Amino acid sequence: MADRAQPVSGTPGLVAAFGVAAVILGTLLTVALRAEGGAGLFGPADWSALRFTLLQASLSALLSVGLAVPVARALARRRFRGRAALIGLMGAPFILPVIVGVLGLVTVFGRGGWISQILGQFGLPPLSIYGLHGVVLAHVFFNLPLATRLILQGWQEVPGERFRLAAQLGIEGWSMWRLIELPMLMRVVPGALAVVFALCLTSFAVALTLGGGPRATTIELAIYQAFTFDFDLGRAALLSLVQLVLTGVTAWVALRLGSGEGFGAGLDRAIRRWDGQGALRRGLDAGWIGLAALFLLLPLSAVVLAGLAGMIGLPGQVWRSAAISLAVAGASTVLVLIVALPMAIAAARGGRGRGGILARMVELSGLLGLAASPLVIGTGLFILMRPLTDPIAMALPVTALVNALMALPFALRILGPRARDVLAGEGRLGLSLGLTGGRFVRLVLWPRMRPQIGFAAGLTAALSMGDLGVIALFADPDTATLPLQIYRLMGAYRMESAAGAALLLLLLSLALFYIIDRGGRYHAEA
Amino acid sequence: MLKLESCVIDNDGFRLAADWALAPGRLVAVIGPSGGGKTTLLEAVAGFVPLAEGRITWQGRDISAAAPDARPVAMLFQDGNLFPHLSVAQNAGLGLGPSLAHAGEAAVAEALARVGLDGFGGRKPAALSGGQRARVALARVLLQRRALLLLDEPFAALGPALRAEMLDMVAELARETGASLLMVSHDPGDAQRIADEVVVVSDGVAHAPRETGPLFADPPANLRAYLG
Repeated sequence: MADRAQPVSGTPGLVAAFGVAAVILGTLLTVALRAEGGAGLFGPADWSALRFTLLQASLSALLSVGLAVPVARALARRRFRGRAALIGLMGAPFILPVIVGVLGLVTVFGRGGWISQILGQFGLPPLSIYGLHGVVLAHVFFNLPLATRLILQGWQEVPGERFRLAAQLGIEGWSMWRLIELPMLMRVVPGALAVVFALCLTSFAVALTLGGGPRATTIELAIYQAFTFDFDLGRAALLSLVQLVLTGVTAWVALRLGSGEGFGAGLDRAIRRWDGQGALRRGLDAGWIGLAALFLLLPLSAVVLAGLAGMIGLPGQVWRSAAISLAVAGASTVLVLIVALPMAIAAARGGRGRGGILARMVELSGLLGLAASPLVIGTGLFILMRPLTDPIAMALPVTALVNALMALPFALRILGPRARDVLAGEGRLGLSLGLTGGRFVRLVLWPRMRPQIGFAAGLTAALSMGDLGVIALFADPDTATLPLQIYRLMGAYRMESAAGAALLLLLLSLALFYIIDRGGRYHAEA
Repeated sequence: MLKLESCVIDNDGFRLAADWALAPGRLVAVIGPSGGGKTTLLEAVAGFVPLAEGRITWQGRDISAAAPDARPVAMLFQDGNLFPHLSVAQNAGLGLGPSLAHAGEAAVAEALARVGLDGFGGRKPAALSGGQRARVALARVLLQRRALLLLDEPFAALGPALRAEMLDMVAELARETGASLLMVSHDPGDAQRIADEVVVVSDGVAHAPRETGPLFADPPANLRAYLG
């Protein structure tokens, strides 16, 4: 069946999608072939890594989403000064470098942290943040805001008329919960659980810093250890294969269940509601909002407070690694745009015939990054490159490439719907006036998509800037990105320098995101 | 002359048949129930939707496979007739060719003046009223100088008086340039106001055009069902 005429070709997007699929599937295949030799080696330590991975991800998902429900409910039905700012802040952990968050959590909840000091005043023993509960705490810190935003979106999507009708019929409290809120939650919560579970499954930096040891090692961390400590490529490959199956299944489930993306606009709109006006309910809601805000703000303020002192005498290697990180982030961002824009266009062309099949293939290849773990891709690239060149020398290009692949699914989610809208709304007009191919991209798509392009690019830059993953596999002592440098400073117990570097990383990540996102929206027409 | 020769149009599974010719310089209204395929008919003539069977010819030349901008066609859509990020002059200038450089040419200013928008060239569409936006689109159509105008209810959102004014302006432009007009309409009054002939689209067929007067004086069953 022939498809409708379109002003732009899907071929560049198809080529880009093919390239992405080739890198991800090619490295997986490399790893799988390598793993065959060591098939019998899945020992007790590996089983315990698998168990721990599933346990911590389940606990993190249950706690994050379980706490997010009352917080989102309170946010949905209360209006107060700073509400929009708080909801905006809840989008921040997505681009907050993991190592920075971890450092903040250690400063608040660690053995020598703020809470331990208060406990000491009363003669109580200090807290320990290392192990299962530390890993789960960090995951809740990063994912409670995301889960809150996902669930808040569910509340926002309940039509306002329904609350009006409920108010007229005197539906309140338990009946309101059963008739309106529970059905909505049944729809939204499974998706949120799956998303958080999937994110925690591949979490590497948190496990690296707060876990470790035989009882708190995730598969991702085990891959790293097999690689760096034992240099056992066969075992790393086998673990990669297990990780791949886990993430593949989970990503598939999360995509089927999930609807929203959690960083959309419009979440700061308050719903007009007439129920829950009693003093007790108000107090409870205020309590939930206050606790969530505190949990989010305390570690962030800890980073700033501890970092300000450390910023002064930052060692030269920190500045060097900051420059390296900026270069890596820049390269990832350019790479993502080169790949994501044509892919978004190819996917947006759609149609029922051949074009539709191609569009779905492009979409699918864009999602591969969600299922693949960065360390698995890194392992594969290492195995592939070893006969040709010294992989260590390629540490930074590989990091930029892998970071770009990881950010690609998010970039596509931001660019895709907009590209579809522009093609649907202005494709025919462009065609009829001879604005096709590069002309259509330059004169219509680019200016119309600039805000989304800026958002996607800013997000990619911030994610890449803060990533502590594949770089840990490759780097030698001389080349370190800023997150890796912070990790090394922490390992050397130079906490003051680590805190200063963390503040620098936080500022750089936020500034990158802010400047690029703003640049996209500057003078852009709606 | 535009000829639809045993055409079958396939728009994502919806099929519409047409087999007739459009005499030069005629103003033709296309009416019929909504979802009946009026837009699909125009989109096929304009080249947005491919033909499953048959062919479309213009002056005897087969244009079935030609790109939309390579056809002798200027089309106005239900909405989205202007690029919101381009100025009025840039939008109108696109009628002269796919480049923003035409915006400064004298012909553009003339066309804008012709539709009553003298001095509006620097504005963005968002700063215009619905009627003014329709005029910008008309100015562009004027500059395109195509022999066949296709209107897919571009004035549907305007009030009755403004719509009538726009239709009169379209009719005037078409008569002046000798262009043929194919115009979708929901309002039989619009058809009777400016159309010489009427194409009724119903039951998967776009019927051959018939003179407006006699058709409405003695409507066939499918038109009677539509008019109610």
